[in-house]
Amino acid sequence: MHEITTTRNNHLIDPSLEIWGWEIPVYLFLGGMVAGMMIITGYFLFKQRQTEETCSCRYVPWVSLVLLSLGMFALFLDLEHKLFTWRLYTTFQVTSPMSWGAWILIIVYPAILVTILITPPKWLVEKFPVVKKYSEWLNERKIWIKNIGVANMILGAMLGMYTGILLSSLGARPLWNTSILWLLFLVSGLSGAAAFVHMVAKNVYERELLAKADNGFLTFELFVIALMIIGLLTSTQVHQEAAMLILTGPYAATFWVFVVGIGIIIPLIIQLMAVNHKVNHTPWAPIMVIVGGLILRFVIVEAGQVSSWF
Amino acid sequence: MARYGMAIDTKLCVGCMDCVVACKTENNVPEGYNRDWITEEAFGKFPNINLEIRSERCNHCENAPCVSSCPTGASHYHDIGGVVLVEYNECIGCKACIASCPYDARFIHPDGYADKCTFCIHRVEEGKDPACVSVCPTNCMIFGDLDDPNSEISKQLNSRKHHSLKPVAGTNPKIFYLT
Ligand code: SF4
Ligand code: SF4
Repeated sequence: MHEITTTRNNHLIDPSLEIWGWEIPVYLFLGGMVAGMMIITGYFLFKQRQTEETCSCRYVPWVSLVLLSLGMFALFLDLEHKLFTWRLYTTFQVTSPMSWGAWILIIVYPAILVTILITPPKWLVEKFPVVKKYSEWLNERKIWIKNIGVANMILGAMLGMYTGILLSSLGARPLWNTSILWLLFLVSGLSGAAAFVHMVAKNVYERELLAKADNGFLTFELFVIALMIIGLLTSTQVHQEAAMLILTGPYAATFWVFVVGIGIIIPLIIQLMAVNHKVNHTPWAPIMVIVGGLILRFVIVEAGQVSSWF
Repeated sequence: MARYGMAIDTKLCVGCMDCVVACKTENNVPEGYNRDWITEEAFGKFPNINLEIRSERCNHCENAPCVSSCPTGASHYHDIGGVVLVEYNECIGCKACIASCPYDARFIHPDGYADKCTFCIHRVEEGKDPACVSVCPTNCMIFGDLDDPNSEISKQLNSRKHHSLKPVAGTNPKIFYLT
């Protein structure tokens, strides 16, 4: 026999960790979406598509701005000592992914704002004529726009990777402690963002391109999930037990049905048919991908808190 | 420089919880929370069952993930003895430290900051033992400097079998259990 009993019963700690509720998964999901949107926008800017009237790079940055703000608000709601939030910005802690994230978010905002400046909407120009001046200045310098595109892609990649590294650096929770989590969250963010832009794109070329790209991202995501599970199953006992939480344990049904089935496989089949012109493009597949991405964050955050070192 | 640690004699500990009560009183630990606690581990096969009773708390790890994951530097190694402490006015309550501690030794204080055992640093600075150590009726706990070969704790660790908790987690805990 081997039995352990303890008198400790700390709120949100025992019997298993419950420190992170809905706020953190929502924040990680929105961060991933914004990351994906920045990469897609950056790519279109790099390809100089901003001159196209219907280019998604004209309106997607606005969506990024809103989602990023919502995500940061969710993160703020999660903080328990809110009055001291400013402490994040009086220091940089090189070993703490959360500190990296706080600073990455601070750089992402101006990057999105500059991107908006490339093709500002009419109302903005009318209200603030100076916007027009800067915008014209930028548009005279094509190489700058390319560079802003590259900056968007790099910052987007950093943001997407950070959402995964944040969890995987917490070695005390074996399910998170897999070095591939950053890739899973990055590719999931990309597939969610591609699905979103595909859904709202007015430009036929972009819609087709993103549907194809999304199929690639979803296929790749399946591989990453498989690799993550193999990695855990071939590691120590605690990692194997952690994998079991999503393989056969309490989170298995949600994981396989909502994340893998409805979030990846079914939309992948629908979109493969759509790009081969067997069915029309509908919002259904993109919605499934986006919801699947959100549920993925919930499953990983919750199951990760249950997993522990014996 | 001192390096503070604790040795706890599992052959003497009877699990009376005096240490738990002493800590709560000394440090005003709010109701529903504990900075230290008792764990009983039973193992073996009948009739050879072994029972180890342990008074547990933050291990003041030398390679503390709670310190390295803290985004503000609120979690830090104190100048005195390498004790791991939280600077409450720097803590934003993000809970990264809680998620990173393999021992679940931390919690969020009702006032919002991360809290845990301080080795009663306020007492130690006055030359006293931590409250838990000073009240133990069986004298099963020894607090002291691990770097001083003549300290009681070093002598005990040199002469007795001991183990720490979850050494595989790689945190280098500074609390040792004499067996
Ligand atoms: S026991 Fe936990 S809280 Fe204490 S120093 Fe180690 S990791 Fe940090
Ligand atoms: S809860 Fe406080 S002490 Fe813990 S990591 Fe966050 S800021 Fe640091």
